[in-house]
Amino acid sequence: MFMFEKAIEGGRRYWVWVLFLAGIILAGFLCYLRQLTQGLAITGLSRDVTWGLYIAQFTFFVGVAASAVMVVLPYYLHDYKQFGRITILGEFLAVGAVTMCMLFIFVDMGQPTRVLNVMRYPTPWSLMFWDMISLSGYLVLNALISLVMLSSERQGVSPPKWIRPIIILSIPWAVSIHTVTAFLYSGLPGRTFWMSAVLAPRFLASAFAAGPALLILLCLVLRKVAGFDAGREAIHQLGIIVTYAMVVNVFLVAMEFFTAFYSRIPEHLEHFRYVFLGLDGNYHLAPWMWLSALLALAALALLLVPKWRNNPRLLPVACVCVFVSLWLDKGLGLIVGGFTPSPFGAITTYTPTWPEATIALGVWAIGALIITVLYKIALSVREAH
Amino acid sequence: MKITRKDFLRLSGLGLLAVAGKKAVRAITEAAPSASTPKKTKQWGMVIDLAKCRQEAGCTDCIKACNTAHNIPQIADPAREIKWIWNQPFETVFPLLKTDYTKQAYTGHPITVLCNHCANPPCVRVCPTQATWKRDEDGIVMMDWHRCIGCRYCMAACPYGSRSFNWQDPRLAIASFNPDFPTRTKGVVEKCNFCEERLARGKRPACVEACPEKTIVFGDLLDPDSEPRQLLRTRFSLQREPELGTSPSVYYLV
Repeated sequence: MFMFEKAIEGGRRYWVWVLFLAGIILAGFLCYLRQLTQGLAITGLSRDVTWGLYIAQFTFFVGVAASAVMVVLPYYLHDYKQFGRITILGEFLAVGAVTMCMLFIFVDMGQPTRVLNVMRYPTPWSLMFWDMISLSGYLVLNALISLVMLSSERQGVSPPKWIRPIIILSIPWAVSIHTVTAFLYSGLPGRTFWMSAVLAPRFLASAFAAGPALLILLCLVLRKVAGFDAGREAIHQLGIIVTYAMVVNVFLVAMEFFTAFYSRIPEHLEHFRYVFLGLDGNYHLAPWMWLSALLALAALALLLVPKWRNNPRLLPVACVCVFVSLWLDKGLGLIVGGFTPSPFGAITTYTPTWPEATIALGVWAIGALIITVLYKIALSVREAH
Repeated sequence: MKITRKDFLRLSGLGLLAVAGKKAVRAITEAAPSASTPKKTKQWGMVIDLAKCRQEAGCTDCIKACNTAHNIPQIADPAREIKWIWNQPFETVFPLLKTDYTKQAYTGHPITVLCNHCANPPCVRVCPTQATWKRDEDGIVMMDWHRCIGCRYCMAACPYGSRSFNWQDPRLAIASFNPDFPTRTKGVVEKCNFCEERLARGKRPACVEACPEKTIVFGDLLDPDSEPRQLLRTRFSLQREPELGTSPSVYYLV
């Protein structure tokens, strides 16, 4: 099929990596079979904390997917040529990330065989319906754009004219996927931790920091393993994008802190206290969130000082700090914090179980495999020219 | 002016988009359509008289009656329990009534809680498959266990913790099986149905009938002469978190 022959020609290292991922996918799949027969009882979820690792990972990777717009917009809209080499990588990253999001939703379903009911009974007043539309639309847009651009590159022709409006459409669409995802949470009465008008902006800011940070890291890996050079200028610009987005994100989180801790309204404050300080002797989550906060501050220091940001050894460190910090914040604290304390004021600790974590890891591996194969295709097409 | 085929297609496409957009905006702003339809003629509701309830004396007749009527599994792990009607300490049910010095008459007392069958239910608003919906003719918040995909969005949306999810196969934990009521499968959400199956046969809800003290009064909240409405006219009552705008149909007399 369409350029996929490139994915099955590779060196030893490539195949070892693919097999490694396949092994993790298999382990995840076996755990999923167990979940299928025994139900979600194999997870650490409960009456009070009904969403956990799966939905949190979904939320985080919607951000990674949306962040493709940070390379698409400068390249296509502002004709910023330096991103010419990495735009396709951003789009393929989005394809992998959206697929992961869909899988994370799927593995969270109690009745996965009925999941198409969302389409059989379209329900426009449910945000989950819109999330499905925006995510699947975004997947189609990015897959279409990247494959069309790549195939015209391979044939050495300029891309067809009709693709341009589709590219333009993909820009607001990227913003929409993460806005709708925030709306899933921020419109629920009684879940005060999420009921914040800055939730959607915060999601976008953290996405535009974590996504490009991951893209920088991927570019550096590709330089090592595939001899691909993204270009100094491109990496530099991505670093600036990460910096701005991270500053905005930390600022927005600080806004949340201020309103909660200064107003001192208990039902609002208690969630923040549970997540960041521990509540009633329950320090389950707080150390992780402290780690997240420390990493965020470390990342800010490394990114804000130009000398450090431009240092090719320190930039990846900063990117790892950004990614891990935001992963802890969005992929852990945000969801669990919204559920704890419960409507009855109870604190139920949530710890993902081993099978649950293995399933999540399996989905990660599927995403990594998709991205590996797509990057392999993209770089092989490039090399041929 | 000449309209080319291209222009025509473009215009009709825009027109369709505009119509779809208008529909979408309406759907979201009005939320669940049942909330705005005027044909609603009945809203079943409950009034629970806390002065009559003898739960601190250990009476759980209403809970037991519900459990047997609805094949509710008895799961030991409190994190995974299925509960339609159960007891909660007063201060967790009405957290906003907590005061610093006054001893509340009901502090520490067990309060019976169940689905509030809200007039404006957030769970119905968020369900992506309409597996939970508000029945027009009598205001019961219903559940279709064959359509539910188990996404648990309704549980996140319910501010009262009234919904339970079947983390495991519930059929293995049913103490006494009632053949007249369906059992559920693992992976779906369930909750109190106001004994919709008994109402259809002209009976009152199982919990109402089981109470030896006649603590729970059931009736139509839209009928000014109904029993609950008469009680609400004469006694001081509470609803759970009315400030959320959900309009619960379960009232507590204090």
